[in-house]
Amino acid sequence: MELVLATGIGGLVASGVWLLLRERAFSVVLGLAMLSYAANLFIFAGGRLSAEAPPLVLGEVAAGTMPADPLPQALVLTAIVISFGTTAFLVALALRAIGESGTDHVDGGREAER
Amino acid sequence: MAFLLPSAVLVLMAGSALVPVAAARLGRSAAAWSAAGTLALPTLLLAPLAPAALAGEVAVHRISWLPDWGFDISFRLDGLGLLFAVLILGIGQLVILYAVYYMPPRDGLGRLLGTLMGFAGAMLGVVLSENLLLVVVFWEITSITSFLLIAYKHETIEARIAARMALAVTGGGGLALLAGVLLLGRMAGSFELSAVLAAGDAIRADPLYPVALVLVLLGAFTKSAQFPFHFWLPNAMAAPTPVSAYLHSATMVKAGVFLLLRLYPALSGTDLWFLLVSLTGAVTLAYGAYVALLKHDLKGLLAYSTVSHLGLITLLIGMESPLSTVAAVFHVINHATFKASLFMAAGIIDHECGTRDMRRINGMFRVMPRTAVLGIVAASAMAGVPLLNGFLSKEMFFAEAVEAGALGGYAYVLPVFATFAGILSVAYSIRFVHDVFFNGAPMDLPREPHEPPGWMRVPVGILAGLCLVVGLVPQLAVGAILWAASAAALGGPPPEYKLVIWHGFNLPLAMSIVAMAGGVAWYLFRRVLFELHDRHAPNLAGPAAFERVLNAAVAASRAVLGLFDPRSLRRYTLYLILAAGALGLAGFLGAGPATLAGGLPATPAEPAAHGALVALLFGTFGCALLHRQRLIAVAFASVVGLIVSLAFIRFSAPDLALTQLSVEVVTIVLLLLSLRYMPGEAPREAPRRRAGFDAAVAGATGLGVGALAYAMMTRPFETISWWFTANAVEGGGGTNVVNVILVDFRAFDTLGEVTVLAIAALGAHALLEGLRLAPHAPPAESEADRHPVMLAMLMRPLLPLALAFAFYILLRGHNLPGGGFVAGLITGVALILQYLAVGIETTSARLRIDHLRLFAAGLGLAIATGLASMPLGLPFLTSWHGYVPIPLVGKTHLASAMLFDIGVYLTVVATVLLILSEIGRLSTRERAAPPPRAARPDRAALEEARV
Repeated sequence: MELVLATGIGGLVASGVWLLLRERAFSVVLGLAMLSYAANLFIFAGGRLSAEAPPLVLGEVAAGTMPADPLPQALVLTAIVISFGTTAFLVALALRAIGESGTDHVDGGREAER
Repeated sequence: MAFLLPSAVLVLMAGSALVPVAAARLGRSAAAWSAAGTLALPTLLLAPLAPAALAGEVAVHRISWLPDWGFDISFRLDGLGLLFAVLILGIGQLVILYAVYYMPPRDGLGRLLGTLMGFAGAMLGVVLSENLLLVVVFWEITSITSFLLIAYKHETIEARIAARMALAVTGGGGLALLAGVLLLGRMAGSFELSAVLAAGDAIRADPLYPVALVLVLLGAFTKSAQFPFHFWLPNAMAAPTPVSAYLHSATMVKAGVFLLLRLYPALSGTDLWFLLVSLTGAVTLAYGAYVALLKHDLKGLLAYSTVSHLGLITLLIGMESPLSTVAAVFHVINHATFKASLFMAAGIIDHECGTRDMRRINGMFRVMPRTAVLGIVAASAMAGVPLLNGFLSKEMFFAEAVEAGALGGYAYVLPVFATFAGILSVAYSIRFVHDVFFNGAPMDLPREPHEPPGWMRVPVGILAGLCLVVGLVPQLAVGAILWAASAAALGGPPPEYKLVIWHGFNLPLAMSIVAMAGGVAWYLFRRVLFELHDRHAPNLAGPAAFERVLNAAVAASRAVLGLFDPRSLRRYTLYLILAAGALGLAGFLGAGPATLAGGLPATPAEPAAHGALVALLFGTFGCALLHRQRLIAVAFASVVGLIVSLAFIRFSAPDLALTQLSVEVVTIVLLLLSLRYMPGEAPREAPRRRAGFDAAVAGATGLGVGALAYAMMTRPFETISWWFTANAVEGGGGTNVVNVILVDFRAFDTLGEVTVLAIAALGAHALLEGLRLAPHAPPAESEADRHPVMLAMLMRPLLPLALAFAFYILLRGHNLPGGGFVAGLITGVALILQYLAVGIETTSARLRIDHLRLFAAGLGLAIATGLASMPLGLPFLTSWHGYVPIPLVGKTHLASAMLFDIGVYLTVVATVLLILSEIGRLSTRERAAPPPRAARPDRAALEEARV
């Protein structure tokens, strides 16, 4: 299972970086989204994959089952929400740039020079 | 009683905020009265402490702040502090009265007097601080308020340049002072003045003493306009005259010499001190006096004479005999009185004549005899005419020059130099009196001058009267405070000295007589001097040099920046990624070979996992390859989000899965909404070979991170999580450990995170507000069916259900998967769906929620929950939980963290709604869509047709 998840993370990072290096703001937004998926999965995987139960302290949890590590989960939970905030901010920025310079090129109005 | 000291400073700082309010609400005179009252309060507060200070005692009040760093809020009052406090508070009152008449009636005075109060507070802080770091803090505030006051008439470029220059010079000096003070504190083992002053021997013996001394002197010399840092002061005359009279003659420029006097016991007594301080003082004294005569501008003359007098005080301090220090303190008092009154007189003349050019202002004695008399008295004090205060301190200077000269080998040098300086100062004083008040008739003045309003003359009269009183009965007038201030500066009782007008016929008196006669002669030959100066003087223009240095610095940093700044986001990102890769690889340098897989046994992977991996890679690579087809790219991205949610479920993280799923919905809606304003297909990107390079970088990064993830997951690890699991129920009152961590154990982090969320949303709001965009030719059929009836019908039962569900998720979050974040997202999704179903206007009209207030409520609730524990003496965000009997429900387990979670919930709802509704609202104010490319008339064709 470790190999499967690692492959997934690697794939997400590769396409995230590729998109980040594109010239249009929308692609960069998508790239950042891919990178945040990867980062979230990576941090989450820091708690390892061997868990058999959610991190709940309930009476009926069967003895011997190992609950998941709650700390990476708490870290990732806020990261997911914040990555939404960042995405939204970037989209707003891109829209504003379109309004100001008429293009969504990441380097702004310098498109004409190219 | 010493506890009154901090409040004296605090009152003025509060006044600087209140006076502008009074000015705006109640008008001009209220501003003046409130400012006068603000200045009177510290006087009352300090009055009970004054007798002890005059008796040579030191009162200290200490408030512990950062004891580990030696930084306490501590204040002291001794003779020196008291003297300066009297100057600051007394002259301040006169300046307020003067400003009321000087400033044009349309000026509301709020900004001027408010800033002046802030300055007075900072200046009082400088002279009353016991802690040297606190001195530096107040010192910087005086620089900043001085900057604001010089730039008071900020419409004019001269004022702005002058203000920037003053800030750069005095602020730069302040930085040097900070460094010097840090060194001093290290040498003395404490930043408290009492300790530093007592550790003089240790400081002087320290190998770093020269460095510390030079740094402190840089601070003092820049502030007190010593050569070669003097040039900012004449330019600071761009400030309104009340400011010049207060800051740039009586108080702020004295902060430098104050510092020299303050640290005298700790720093003086070495050859280096003598050399640096006395030489700088002497050069400044002579240079300022020489240039003063050559200035045709009234305030320019006074500014250079101020430079010169500050040089005199510095020279006296540098001469290092106890008596010369007494003379320095005495001259501080005398200069403050006569120079402030001279500035006010010059302001009156400027006010009445409309110009300050002494070649045009002549014969004012006939026009305004009363002002003229006051001006002549003050100018005579400046020249050192007998029976006035300036004479006394000048005699002391001459006497000290003779004494000090007799000790050294060159007995005649210092007395001759002192006499020469005296000649120059007599000459420019005569010029001020003769050119302005006599010398024929005025020449084409912009205004017809009259005697000013009586009240405007009052402050000048009081100060000129003081010159006379001190000159006639010095011992009675200032004897006590001079003794106390000198004692404080010397760190012990000063030597015997006699403050009397008549010392008999002696060498100093002869020098005075020579100075008088020489001054008259020098003035008579002034025209020759003017010509010589115009023709031969080297262009020693400090301001121009300053501008050159500044411009060169700007150009140099631009050039350096240009080397590294490609001004392309792609390059920035590349640098970042390559740097991160290099740093990551650097860790492997020198390490022995290691296997990729660690020791942990692999967990088995079921076939479904492989299927999910394929779907994930399909989604993410599809998104990457087809990113130019934007709608399709979003669809691919949504596949990725779903698989990630599934992964969270598989690995026992239900909270994460819920959050990811709802974020996914919101993000996709957001991206789709924004697509309306972007071309559906992005243009092809420029060079092809770039793509290959980018693909290589992306592939390498992906491989690296994947390998890293695999290596990490297969290695054993230690976690601190068991503590959270063990204490969740006991300490946090909840069984969902993730939620308890979020809202209880690490609630402070969460507070920060929701704040970031709010900032991002507000940023997006600010970017989108009022933005008008043109949609990219929407397909006709979607326009026709904007709000599908089916959806609208479905939403009626669905909305309350969804909201109830969100509420349920919120409530159970502490014990079972859920919580504020998830519930907030679900609520957001439900409301967004409502927007989609019935339209943004309709929903907004029904759902009267101000999103900004929602933020305030959410963050406010979270912070209030945290603060609630503080009155009980517990730290911020301490939680409480227990069983509470609720009628009808019975005993219920409640935790205060629940309230915090509700705050989180409200903030998340506000974020989602604000951002999405803002983007949605773009559609209500669209510009006309640009016509499709083909339909646009071809300009070339048109041109052709016209031909």
